[in-house]
Amino acid sequence: MATTSSAAKRRTGSDGSGTSAGSDGTGTNGEPDAASSSSRRRRFILPLCVLILCAVALISMAAGRYWVPPNEILRILFNEVSALFGGDGLVRRTWTEQEATVVLDVRLPRVLLAFLVGAALSLGGACLQALFRNPLVSPDIIGVTAGASFGGVLVLTLGLSGGWMVGGAFGFGLAALAGVLLLGRLGGRDNAMLMIVLGGIVVAAFFNALVSFMTYLADPYSELPSIVHWLLGSIAAASYDKVLTALVPVAIGALVVLALRWRLNVLSLGDDDAAALGVNPHRSRVLLLCAVALMTAGTVAVAGAVGWVGLVVPHLARLWVGPDHRILLPASLLLGGTYLMLIDTLSRSITSSELPLGILTAIIGAPVFVVLLARSQKKAALS
Amino acid sequence: MTVISRPRSVPGNPEGNPEGNPDGNPDGNPDGNPAGVAPLMQATDLGFRYSRLRPWLFRNLGFSLERGEILSILGPNARGKTTLLKCLSGLLAPREGQVHGANGIGYVPQDHGAGPSFSVADMVLMGRTRHLRAYQTPRREDHDAADAAMERVGVAGWAARDYSQLSGGQRQLVLIARAVASGCELLILDEPASALDLNNQSRVLGVLSGLAADGMGIIMTTHHPDHALHVSRNALLFVGSHDVRWGPTDELLTGPALSEVYGLPICTPTVGTLSGERVIAVPDFGPSCRACPVPEAVGAPLAELPLHISSRKEHL
Repeated sequence: MATTSSAAKRRTGSDGSGTSAGSDGTGTNGEPDAASSSSRRRRFILPLCVLILCAVALISMAAGRYWVPPNEILRILFNEVSALFGGDGLVRRTWTEQEATVVLDVRLPRVLLAFLVGAALSLGGACLQALFRNPLVSPDIIGVTAGASFGGVLVLTLGLSGGWMVGGAFGFGLAALAGVLLLGRLGGRDNAMLMIVLGGIVVAAFFNALVSFMTYLADPYSELPSIVHWLLGSIAAASYDKVLTALVPVAIGALVVLALRWRLNVLSLGDDDAAALGVNPHRSRVLLLCAVALMTAGTVAVAGAVGWVGLVVPHLARLWVGPDHRILLPASLLLGGTYLMLIDTLSRSITSSELPLGILTAIIGAPVFVVLLARSQKKAALS
Repeated sequence: MTVISRPRSVPGNPEGNPEGNPDGNPDGNPDGNPAGVAPLMQATDLGFRYSRLRPWLFRNLGFSLERGEILSILGPNARGKTTLLKCLSGLLAPREGQVHGANGIGYVPQDHGAGPSFSVADMVLMGRTRHLRAYQTPRREDHDAADAAMERVGVAGWAARDYSQLSGGQRQLVLIARAVASGCELLILDEPASALDLNNQSRVLGVLSGLAADGMGIIMTTHHPDHALHVSRNALLFVGSHDVRWGPTDELLTGPALSEVYGLPICTPTVGTLSGERVIAVPDFGPSCRACPVPEAVGAPLAELPLHISSRKEHL
């Protein structure tokens, strides 16, 4: 954050002095007022994102079939945290045992899981969109989700445990990615990006066929229901175990992507520019793609295939904060987590029986994406 | 018809010697350095082809470049000019020969359209990437270097503007500032002045001349012989894959040589000499062009002579 704000200060500073360039008719000066107001806006973006996140998390924990007042939620959470540090009994017990159970055992893991999945998918989408210089790319479009789904279904069919789930999802997600990259090579240097996107469609179709084959083979009474429900994408069965299972791969992948946030700016200019600026585009790309595959596999392992989040949220974030990944990446992460929490709250509130998450993200995501696409044509967020 | 005023002595080379020979160091010792000081860049017997099955793009290519010198590279499309630039800047390894003294190179790729909507300041800041570790974001010193580069190239006034909204000439200047920000002592540019209007061509060339006057070495490709004659002492001319000539621009870029390269009758007559500085006119190519006095060029004081182009018919 320190770098960001100093960059913003600097930008406003250089504005007043640099009037020499625009005086000869080739260009007009930047408007200092607009510049300083935009940099001031940039500084408040991330705190604002965190604020929205907290508000949505609170609503998400309060809402549902059993309403828990937000002030009680805060008390329960504060009591738990203070208990961790040995300050037991700091908060007067005003809540019922039932409320504590609902908040701590049911809704908190669910909110955490929704945040993790949404944040990972959205961050992965933002990263891929920069790498491929294409706002239409997301983890599900380049085949990673399909590969990871197949890995998950394979593990479910074989009846293995949770750790295998992450391993299987990651292994096949990576295999799908490798397939896509190999197909990308067919296109040569000029068409590499197009071939990777087309390759993603081919690989996704292939792995989806394998998934269909596995469901066809599965026992219709014991295995099939769990496979189908898992494939639809759901975090209904959230637990702290699942949160931990997802946290490890997501945190590792997210750290890599966030650490390379400046590199992503350079890579988003294209391979030629990146190489000219001293960045090896191929090595950076493979590293970042692996990080995204790891994050995606982590989410697929706990929540199944949740589509559209990685496409819509980074797009929205880019329209709001601009293409600088120093801000875009954390903003995508926070907004993605918030978005999925909101969707999850809706999915268990709007009907008496729960809707699987993947259905809602697609129903909401598709039309929102069309609107964003139309708007970004005007703003030309990416070339 | 292009009329160019070309000072006899280019900046950084007070005793300029246009009659130098192409095999040696044609311009003596710029900056008054003692003989034997290593040039900024020296290439010997360079050769490149993309694979064994593909023909040589160039072979036996050699030149040397002093500080403060602008080397122009001319030749038809698809002859390997960009490939040569990539070999020189280290993005490609030559198959034959060596490039010496190449450290601190800023490469400016050909302008490829708008790109993402980064601010100009961020775009220039990206030139500092080679000084940063993979996980680092630009530090205070990087911001200072980027600001200095923007001042130097004269784009500081656009710092907050959106790069993708700039015109082609403005983008080119920003890309130059980006390379300068990297702290390079040699700038390699791929067609910096193509696809620009006259005003912007002149502006980009002016910026490059200014950088050269400060001691930076510059290598650029161009499709305008007049640009080469305007700013360069030496040029490389791609005649054929085994015939890449290096020499002083006014000896190399003659009508017959350019006619041979481009397959069109071209002549580059010398119009006259005014107060020790020469005026060279490069008429548009055409079958009937011939040396002709250009009224504005002969009479006007040299300082006021712009890069001037008028239609051929007026003068023939």
